[in-house]
Amino acid sequence: MALAGRTAMRWARLRSPCPAAAPLCLPPWLPAGPVACERLLLAAYDKEKLDMSTYPVESIRNFSIIAHVDHGKSTLADRLLEITGTIAKTDRNKQVLDKLQVERERGITVKAQSASLFYSHEGINYLLNLIDTPGHVDFSYEVSRSLSACQGVILVVDANEGIQAQTVANFYLAFEAQLAIIPVINKIDLKNADPERAEKQIEKLFDIPIDECVRISAKRGTNVEKVLQKVIEKIPPPPCNTADPLKALVFDSTFDHYRGVIANIALFGGEIQKGHKIVSAHTKKRYEVNEVGILTPNEQPTRKLYAGQVGYLIAGMKEVTEAQIGDTLFLYKQPVEPLPGFKSAKPMVFAGMYPVDQTEYNNLKSALERLTLNDSSVTVHRDSSLALGAGWRLGFLGLLHMEVFNQRLEQEYNMSVILTAPTVPYKAILSSAKLIKEYGKAEITIINPARFPDKLSVSEYLEPTVLGTIVTPHEYIGKIIALCQDRRAVQKDMLYIDEHRVMLKYLFPLNEIVVDFYDALKSLSSGYASFDYEDAGYQAADLIKMDILINGNPVEELATIIHNDKAYATGKFLCERLKDAIPRQLFEIAIQAAIGKKIIARETLKAYRKNVVAKCYGGDITRRMKLLKRQAEGKKLMRKIGNVEVPRDAFIRVLKRQTDK
Amino acid sequence: SALCLQWPYCRKRCSYCNFNTYVVPAVDEAAVRACLVREPHTLLRLSQVQSVTSVFFGGGTPSLASPHTIGVVLEAVAGAAHLPTGAEVTLEDNPSSASTLCLAGFRAAGVNRLSIGVQSLDDAELQLLGREHTAAEAQGAVEAAWRLFPGRTSIDLLFGLLGQSRGAWARGLEAALGLCDDHISLYQLTLERGMALAAQVWRGALPTPPQDLLADMYQTACAVLVAAGFRHYEVSNFARKGALSTHNLSYWRAEQYIGVGPGAHGRFVPRGEGGHSREARVQTLEPDAWMREVQSWGHGTRRRVALSLLEQLEEVLALGLRMDEGVTHERWGHFCPHLSLEAVFGAPGKAKDLQRQGWLVLDGSGLRCTSEGLALLDSLLPDLLCQLQ
Repeated sequence: MALAGRTAMRWARLRSPCPAAAPLCLPPWLPAGPVACERLLLAAYDKEKLDMSTYPVESIRNFSIIAHVDHGKSTLADRLLEITGTIAKTDRNKQVLDKLQVERERGITVKAQSASLFYSHEGINYLLNLIDTPGHVDFSYEVSRSLSACQGVILVVDANEGIQAQTVANFYLAFEAQLAIIPVINKIDLKNADPERAEKQIEKLFDIPIDECVRISAKRGTNVEKVLQKVIEKIPPPPCNTADPLKALVFDSTFDHYRGVIANIALFGGEIQKGHKIVSAHTKKRYEVNEVGILTPNEQPTRKLYAGQVGYLIAGMKEVTEAQIGDTLFLYKQPVEPLPGFKSAKPMVFAGMYPVDQTEYNNLKSALERLTLNDSSVTVHRDSSLALGAGWRLGFLGLLHMEVFNQRLEQEYNMSVILTAPTVPYKAILSSAKLIKEYGKAEITIINPARFPDKLSVSEYLEPTVLGTIVTPHEYIGKIIALCQDRRAVQKDMLYIDEHRVMLKYLFPLNEIVVDFYDALKSLSSGYASFDYEDAGYQAADLIKMDILINGNPVEELATIIHNDKAYATGKFLCERLKDAIPRQLFEIAIQAAIGKKIIARETLKAYRKNVVAKCYGGDITRRMKLLKRQAEGKKLMRKIGNVEVPRDAFIRVLKRQTDK
Repeated sequence: SALCLQWPYCRKRCSYCNFNTYVVPAVDEAAVRACLVREPHTLLRLSQVQSVTSVFFGGGTPSLASPHTIGVVLEAVAGAAHLPTGAEVTLEDNPSSASTLCLAGFRAAGVNRLSIGVQSLDDAELQLLGREHTAAEAQGAVEAAWRLFPGRTSIDLLFGLLGQSRGAWARGLEAALGLCDDHISLYQLTLERGMALAAQVWRGALPTPPQDLLADMYQTACAVLVAAGFRHYEVSNFARKGALSTHNLSYWRAEQYIGVGPGAHGRFVPRGEGGHSREARVQTLEPDAWMREVQSWGHGTRRRVALSLLEQLEEVLALGLRMDEGVTHERWGHFCPHLSLEAVFGAPGKAKDLQRQGWLVLDGSGLRCTSEGLALLDSLLPDLLCQLQ
């Protein structure tokens, strides 16, 4: 992916290497004059040309843009890059920092990117490091790690939509990290924009005076300069000193097939350059620095990096795990107190992944290895199943993360896989001495329904919970409360953030929101309600394992751990949906939900009685033969459960489709 | 070889039709005639076919052509290759008073079999189908036809019409049985792209009949016709007293056939130019373009693709299994002398399973569907094609 992303970036620059508008301050590698274009391209290959010593700590600002999805974060980033001459100003700059195909397709940021901007203000040349953040609740972990390299944030709020659930969550992340916060009201050019209302909400909820908000239109560029000035005025320079020993925080990493690990670093002290011997505080391993540089947003080598600056480092690390996010790097024989690392990403959703055909196992394995190099938040455990063969159990940050990962496997590695029903990490307190001995502990985490321990050997089951924040126009409150109750949620808070909008807080069992809660919420509020959540520990729960049987054979992909109260309804629902998803065959098919040996729901898919084309003469049988052959090919890809043939995407379709209530 | 001639014009487009047909204000019949004379001449010479076993005038509505045109075309065919006396010469006909008047003329021109598109004997159903005739007119047309073509008149019926009940179908079938001669084709209405009716259904304006109802209708019809002495010799075709359509049998038996006219399809070996492999051929679709090509080059073949052995066998299988006789050892051996039917489908595998389950039979005469299997052929074929590979 790193390759694909970089290629795309280079292409974007090659298309229009000449900035159309004169930048306010030329980046140091961009000489003025007509030869600028060629020089710009040459510069990429002319290593170690940049001298970063002209940017002392006082002239550096490190900041992020945080916002609810679609509030204009990427558009603002595009404008900032243009204004500072980092990229050429064209109409085509859309989501410049979103390099992945999936990001552009879905309009979301998955992988945080960084860019160094050069900007002159009141006679001083500033180095502004923009550390982009992902914009979906699943990736909030990436947000917090991006924030650790910053001293301030731009909090973008849509003038039309006002504060949304993610705005709240992101605000608190920044607030707790004690960062300077610059509230920005975006999209003021829209017809229904109501910036006053958004400002009042910000004042009420975040206690930020109205006059501190900057009203902008990122799309049109209105007032964007003012945002830059605020960044310089309000965000403090990084608190560090070049004279101190080297202290570098690894806040992200990517993997390049040719150059190995590229670690994104923020220097909290000292300086770093090629040839330096460095040590990882986490692994104690020693490396020699091959290359340092800044991101503009593609890599731009520099002679050195100095305290306060943000950039990248290549130092012969072979695996992403060597560049542990949150790790501190220091000079060999000059150890420093490591910076507080952050908790590693905690997977919230687990699913089994298997090759469609076992002969594809090795290809899938290498694709997984390469993709996880760039997405260290995915956990991978080898797994195997009687029905599906050898595979893996993967942990994801959320369902979107799982979908994105799957999509990237398809798009970037051309792999299609069998994915099992997602499950959350349940726990069980074992009571059986034998099992305790087997596991070596009394409390176990269950990430695979196939390994769900029987009730008889368990004293208590626990399920993970989250504290969910919902922001909604008040007319939908009734429906939303009903939805939350249906999802076994407990209300914790309810607050009117203005006359029309309410913020609700609920404690949810995680499994109730994993699959389709967000879609359900969106559909019953006509898209107006927003949702975000944070981890809230475990609670006791009455859990059981439910199997889905097709003609008596269990469907491993659909085995789920579920709350007892929900078993009948879910079982019935799954059976009904499966009936629609499986094509009729030559024989009758029984679709059943079972708890242990007890059948709790059943649907019957009747046998085909007639399936033959009526007219077949000397006409266009070529087309008909093509169709038959396509069906014959399709049969080879079908998942066989007993003698029942099931299209591969049937199960995931069954799970994804939301309940229409 | 069989010879199929397409007359591409209709007076009106029916709501269930997506064939390559054209409704034009005036047909330059002389020009079309000249092309329908020239193209078979070219293609018969190309195929070096000695004898034409059957001729079929399809369309479109070929009965809109004058008996003179039909006569001239048949004379030309007989001039280019041997056309044995008594060879089946079928004309598709719509029940309308105008063509009824021409029937004697068609017979005099050489037509000896008629296929009448009755479709339904219910006026409301006929209207839904966009037909121009009434049930009474259809009845008159069929009666007039079998007086002229006794034992050689076939009727087409449609079932599974939107909103049609079991009872309505049973009544329609009974009426048809009272009217018909010795050959009936029964087609389940199948919605496809390009049909006016399909557009209405997909818009939600009309409901589709449930699968089980369609299966019931088919089963009932098969049982009723067999009881009345008909042989169910192909998925949709029934005949008694040996009145099978020779022409159509040659399609299902994967024999050679030459397609003439706009959008016609053919399967033959172009021996005239030294060819050795069977080709799939399609003529140019649009009538005016087709005519220009025939005038310039003697034929309007738009596409020709040589079929691999596998592709030929796939067709042999997919078409042959539509018949009660199935794919005979002889027919199979003709295409694939070195690998027998038993070797391919008698070995353990999906085909063997299907035989065990009672859908297929492989015995001394060949491979064929059971009567239950015939109704499910399209579910059996993908597995068989997989095994063939």
